[in-house]
Amino acid sequence: FPGLADVSLPQDIPVEGEITVPVGSHSPDEDYSTLDEPVKDTIMRDLKAVGKKFVHVMYPRKSSALLRDWDLWGPLVLCVSLALMLQGGSADSKDDGGPQFAEVFVIIWFGAVVITLNSKLLGGTISFFQSLCVLGYCVLPLTVAMLVCRLVLLAGAGTISFIIRFLVVLAMFGWSTLASTAFLADSQPPNRKALVVYPIFLFYFVISWMILTFTPQ
Amino acid sequence: SSQMWQVGKRQASRAFSLYANIDILRPYFDVEPVQVRARLLESMIPVKMINFPQKIAGELYGPLMLVFTLVAILLHGMKTSDTIIREGTLMGTAIGTCFGYWLGVSSFMYFLAYLCNAQITMVQMLSLLGYGLFGHCITLFVTYNIHFHSLFYIFWLVVGGLSTLRMVAVLVSRTVGHTQRLILCGTLAALHMLFLLYLHFAYHKVVEGILDTLEGPNMPPFQRVARDIPVVSNAVLNTTAKAIALTL
Repeated sequence: FPGLADVSLPQDIPVEGEITVPVGSHSPDEDYSTLDEPVKDTIMRDLKAVGKKFVHVMYPRKSSALLRDWDLWGPLVLCVSLALMLQGGSADSKDDGGPQFAEVFVIIWFGAVVITLNSKLLGGTISFFQSLCVLGYCVLPLTVAMLVCRLVLLAGAGTISFIIRFLVVLAMFGWSTLASTAFLADSQPPNRKALVVYPIFLFYFVISWMILTFTPQ
Repeated sequence: SSQMWQVGKRQASRAFSLYANIDILRPYFDVEPVQVRARLLESMIPVKMINFPQKIAGELYGPLMLVFTLVAILLHGMKTSDTIIREGTLMGTAIGTCFGYWLGVSSFMYFLAYLCNAQITMVQMLSLLGYGLFGHCITLFVTYNIHFHSLFYIFWLVVGGLSTLRMVAVLVSRTVGHTQRLILCGTLAALHMLFLLYLHFAYHKVVEGILDTLEGPNMPPFQRVARDIPVVSNAVLNTTAKAIALTL
C-alpha cells in the first residue's frame, strides 16, 4: 500500500480508557425483578392492560394496542361471565344446566377459531392469537347487553320488555361487529373485506340470538 | 429462562407448521366477493347444455359459509319450535346435521361418481353440493318464520327443485352412459330434496293436535316432539277422533 507509507503512529500517545463496558441494569436483572415483585403488582399490571383493551373496544379507534399486546384474559372473563348469565334459561332447567354453559363456551371459542382460520386462508396478515384476542374482546358489548336483558327481565317479560331487549341487543350486536371489523378488516386485501366481515356478522348474530331468546326459569 | 422459552417456542412452531399446515387449503379460498355472489345466483339456474362438461369452480369459501348460515337458520328454527333435546345440545345437533350432510353426502356422491365414471373431483363435489344448500337456506329462512304448509311445499318444489336441477344437469354433463347418469342424478336429487323435507318437519312448531290427547299416558320415550298435521287432514282427523271418542 504505497499511500500508507507515510502514515506513522506516534509512539508516545498513551492508550487509555476503560476496557470493560458497564452492563446496564436491564436484561438479566429485569427478568428476575418481575418474579420478585409482589403478586399485587403483577395482577394490577395485567388488570390495567385488560381494562385498557376494554376501553379500546368500547370506543373503537384505529389503534394497534389490541393487536400488539394480545392477551386472552379478557376474552376468558367475558366468555365465562356470558356463559354463566346464559345458564338455566331452558324449559327444563334440571337437565340443561350443564350443557348450556359448555355450549356457549364452545360456540364462542370454536366460532372465533373458525373466523381466524378463514381470515388467514383469505390472505390475512394477522396472527392466530391476535385475531382470537380481538374477537374475544369484542364480545364485551354483547355481555353488557346480556346484563341489561337480565335486569329488564327481572321487571317482567311482556311485549315492551321484548322490544327494549330487542333494541338493546341489536345495538350491541352492531357495535360488536363494527368494533371487530375496525380491527380485523385492515389486515385484509381491500377488495376482500366483505368475505371476512360476513363470518364475523354470523358469529355475533348467533350470540345475539342466544341472548335475545333467553328466558329465565 | 428466556433460552428455554426460545427452545420451546421453536419446537412448538415446528410441530405446528408440520401438523397444521393450512396452506394446503389456501388455493380453495382464493375468491372475490363478486365471484361468490355470481356463483350463489348461478346455483339456482339450471344449465341447458348437458353435452359439454360444465365447469365447476373448486372453491370452499362459499360452501363453508353456506353451511354455517344453514346452522344459524336451523338454530333459529329449533328455538322457535321449542325443540327440547335431552342427550345433547341444540348447537351440537345443528352443526352435526349440517356438516354431516355436506361432508357425508359429498363423500357418498363422490364414491358413486367414481363407480359411475363421472369426471368430478372431491373438492368440486363439495363445492357443488355446498352451493346447492343456498336453496335450502332461502326456503328454511322463509318457512321457519311464516308457517304455512302450502308455502313450504311450493318453496320445496320450486327452490329446491331449481337447485337440484342445476346440480343434476352439471353431473349429467360430466357422465356418460344412461344408467350411470340415472343412478347418480336420482340419488342426488332424492337426498337433496329429502334433506330439505327433513329439516322442515323435524324442527317445525309443534301443533297441539289431536294425537296428543289420543296418546295421553302412552307417551313414547323419545324426547324430540316434532309432529305436524297438514292443514287439510286436520279436519278429517278431528271428526274421526270425535267419532272414536263417542263410541268409547
